[in-house]
Amino acid sequence: MHELSIIQNVVEIAERAVIEAGASRVEAVYMRVGVLSGVVRDALEFAYDVATKETLLEGSRLVVEEVPIVLYCADCGAERVLDDIRNIRCPACGAATVNIVQGRELEIESIEVTDDAAEILAD
Amino acid sequence: MQPRFLQIRQGVLSKNDELAKSLRERFEQAKCFTLNLVSSPGAGKTTFLQVTLTMLRERGYRVAALVGDLATDHDAQRLAASGAPVRQIETAGNCHLEAHMVQTHLNAAGWSLHDFDFLFIENVGNLVCPSSYDLGEALRVVMLSTTEGEDKPQKYPPMFDSSDVCVITKIDLAEAVGFDRAAAYASIHAVHPNIPVYEVSAKTGQGMAAWIDALIAYREKAMGQR
Repeated sequence: MHELSIIQNVVEIAERAVIEAGASRVEAVYMRVGVLSGVVRDALEFAYDVATKETLLEGSRLVVEEVPIVLYCADCGAERVLDDIRNIRCPACGAATVNIVQGRELEIESIEVTDDAAEILAD
Repeated sequence: MQPRFLQIRQGVLSKNDELAKSLRERFEQAKCFTLNLVSSPGAGKTTFLQVTLTMLRERGYRVAALVGDLATDHDAQRLAASGAPVRQIETAGNCHLEAHMVQTHLNAAGWSLHDFDFLFIENVGNLVCPSSYDLGEALRVVMLSTTEGEDKPQKYPPMFDSSDVCVITKIDLAEAVGFDRAAAYASIHAVHPNIPVYEVSAKTGQGMAAWIDALIAYREKAMGQR
């Protein structure tokens, strides 16, 4: 459980991006978190409220998309979503010769920002 | 107020990953085969590593170790008895090692990686957090003792998924605790199909020679691939 330090990285990356983009307000940060990433959505959301205080991101929402495991099976060629993380087997044919092509992500997808109307008019 | 989206598409741990990548290049260039040992606290990492270091040295290999703990240098002291250079990383509360800690301590140790055939990094005892942090290792070894419960792997899928090899420790206690081998293998292979598994007792030496043979073979294979 180190979601707080993960979120601190998120804040660092996001703040830099927001400053570079010259945006005035952050509405939301969108993340993609794989079920095999070892990181838990609830804990991220909790840590977000804490870690964004007194930063550019204060008041913004964290939106986490949980990315399921997708397996590609070398035996039958199927590419399928796997429901049970505790049993890595091809959902189509049951083979163990599978590659995990999705499900380990831990990334910031995008940041929703707004530009202050007053600032735009002032230009 | 006009909303817009900044496309980031960046891994949260990209800083760690980039550093890990440069460590990996350093290790490969120096022909120093580096391992990351992970397990829950008390699974036997230090004892296992102590015997591994000793046996490799007996076979003429040059070895070193970095060991991570929240506090104390007890483990480093124990490992130093093997005669290998050992350095303690005290994380002061961090529950896992990160690439920057490995880099800092390697630089501070003043070691030349060319002087080592093997570098072992013993991670903090924790089956959760270390799984996310690449340390630049060539091989990640997840360890599981016979006393922990056969279904441990299915309780910690990310760690077992991210590892390359599994070692079952304290095999000398298997009978005493009623260890169910079939159940353990089923659980391990349910979350990581076909991961190689080694059974050892660092205390009695059972399985350790085969483990050392395997280590040497993994290193040779890695060296041969470049």
